[in-house]
Amino acid sequence: MLSKAATLGDAEVAGAIVGAGIASLAQEAGRHGASKVWIADDPALDSPLPQPRVDVLARIVRDGGYDTVLFAASVLAADVAAGLAARLEAGLNWDLVDLSLVDGRLVGTRPALGDSVYVDVGWKGGPQIALIRSGTFEPVATGGEAEVVQSPVELEDFSTKATMLERAHAEQAGPSIEDAEIIVAGGRGLGGPENFALVEDLAKALGGAVAATRAVVDAGWYPYSAQVGQTGKNVSPKLYVACGISGAIQHKVGMQSSNTIVAINKDPNAPIFEFSDLGVVGDLHQVVPKLAELVRARKGA
Amino acid sequence: MKIAVCVKEVPEGGSARRIDEQTKRLDRSGERTLNSFDLNAVEEALRLKEAYGEGEVVVLSLGPASALDSLRKALAMGADRVALVSDDGAAGSDLVATSRALAKALERERPDLVLFGQQSSDSDGAVLWAAVAERLRLPAVSQAAELAVADGTVTVKRQTEFGYDRIAAPLPAVVAVSDAINEPRYPSLKGIMGAKSKPQETLSLDELGVTPELVGEPGSRTEVLALNPPPPRGDSRKIEDDGSAAQQILEFLVERKLL
Repeated sequence: MLSKAATLGDAEVAGAIVGAGIASLAQEAGRHGASKVWIADDPALDSPLPQPRVDVLARIVRDGGYDTVLFAASVLAADVAAGLAARLEAGLNWDLVDLSLVDGRLVGTRPALGDSVYVDVGWKGGPQIALIRSGTFEPVATGGEAEVVQSPVELEDFSTKATMLERAHAEQAGPSIEDAEIIVAGGRGLGGPENFALVEDLAKALGGAVAATRAVVDAGWYPYSAQVGQTGKNVSPKLYVACGISGAIQHKVGMQSSNTIVAINKDPNAPIFEFSDLGVVGDLHQVVPKLAELVRARKGA
Repeated sequence: MKIAVCVKEVPEGGSARRIDEQTKRLDRSGERTLNSFDLNAVEEALRLKEAYGEGEVVVLSLGPASALDSLRKALAMGADRVALVSDDGAAGSDLVATSRALAKALERERPDLVLFGQQSSDSDGAVLWAAVAERLRLPAVSQAAELAVADGTVTVKRQTEFGYDRIAAPLPAVVAVSDAINEPRYPSLKGIMGAKSKPQETLSLDELGVTPELVGEPGSRTEVLALNPPPPRGDSRKIEDDGSAAQQILEFLVERKLL
C-alpha cells in the first residue's frame, strides 16, 4: 500500500506503525515508499484492540496534517478505520480494489452487490479514509529511507475499558492464506472432514495454502482461519483451485478476484463454473489425488 | 437490563439488486427484508433477556417509514419495542451521517448493551458499530462468537483470523456479533400476531435534535461517482472428466505458467 500511495501524484507518504515492540519495522516501510514513519510503541497497544489505535492515529493525522489515511483491510483495521472516521468526522470508503487520482481528486473503486457492479467512490472534504482489500497492491521496494518520528501515546478513558483476557494464537501450518500465491480450497462436496486430506495433499504438491468454505468451517471440518468468503477472508492468489465448492455468492465474493480459478465439482450446474477459468465436471475424489500425483511427478522429475 | 439492537432494512438479496444510475443510490423500491446478520443480534439480545429473567429489548433503526414492516419481524421474534428514526432528510446517509443519527437515538434510550450484526448485505459494510461507539464514547468489541453478561461486565469470545480472543468490557458497551454466534429463531405464529400491538415509535430528526446538515447527503463525507461493469474474466473452459481431467488441468496450469 505504501508503494501504491507513493505513485499517487506528489503525495508525501508516511507510514504509521502502532503496537508494542515494533520499532524495528520502521525502515521496512521506508524501503517501500514512506518518506516518514510514525512510531507509537507502547505496552498499552500490545493487544490488538481497536479503540486505543483510534486515539493514536487521530493524533498522528492531526500532528502530521494528513488528508488521506489508507488501511489494509482486516477485522482490526475495519474497527479502527470506522472509529477514526467518526472521531475526525471523515468519509470512509471500504472494500476498495483500486485507488487513483482523477483531476487531482482521490477516487476509489470497489465491487458491490456481490461483485456484479464496480463503483467509483469519492470523498467530500477531508480527511479521506480508505480500507483497501488485502492483497490488492504489490509491494515495490524502491529503496529509500524514512525519517522516523515517535508519536506520544495518550489514550481516552473509554478507549481502554475493553481489556484482553486471553489472546488468540496463530495456529496454522503452512503459508497464511492471504499471502498465498496458490490456494486449494475445499467445500461441502468433499463429503466429510477426512477428505480435506486430499485438499492438503494437492496444496502441498503445488506449494500452496489450504482454504475452506463457511459451510465446512461451521461443520467443524476445518478451522475458521482458513475460511474464505463474505464472513471470512478475501483472497486474490494467482491460482485458486476450488474442490467440491458450489460457488455460492457468499464464497464467490471472497475469491473472485483470483487470477486463475480452476473448479472441480460433480454438479455441471454449479454456479462456480460461471466464473472459473477452467471448470472440471467430475469426481474430485478421483481428479484431485491424480492431479497431485501429476504435479509431484512434474516438479520432482 | 436494557438491550438496544441496531438493525437495518435492506433490499432482498440476489441478482435483482441494483444501483440506480441517476441517483447513484441503491434501489430500495423492491422487496425488502431485515438484514440477515442483524437477526443474529436480535436473537442474542433475546437470549440474554431470557437468561437474565428480565429486561427490555428495543430495536432501533434508521430508514423510511415503510421499514416498520421489516422491523416487525424483530418484534415477532420477541423484541419489546421498535424505535425507527425516519426522516426524508436522512436518506442517502453514509457511515458518518448514519452513525450520528443512531448515536443520538441511542443516547435517548440509554441502554446497558448495544448490539449490532456483523455486516450489512447491501453495502457490505462491517463498520457502523465502531463509529457509533466512538460517538457514544463507549467500549466496543466486534466479531463476538459468544457473549455473556454478569456483574455489569460483558465478556466476549471474539473471532479473529488467528483464532479466538477473550475480551471483557464494563457496561454500557457496544458489541457487534458474528454470524457464528447463534441460529436466529423463527417467529412463532403467536409472536407474529402479537407483534402488531407492540410499541412502534417513529422519530424525526427534529425530535432527536439532529439538524439536517448532519445527515443525508449534506451530512455525508463520501459519495458514489460512477458505476461500471465488472472487469471481464476472459475465456473460460469447461470439461467433463473422462479419466483425463487431471492431465488436462496439469497442461492448463503449465500453459498459464502456474507450475
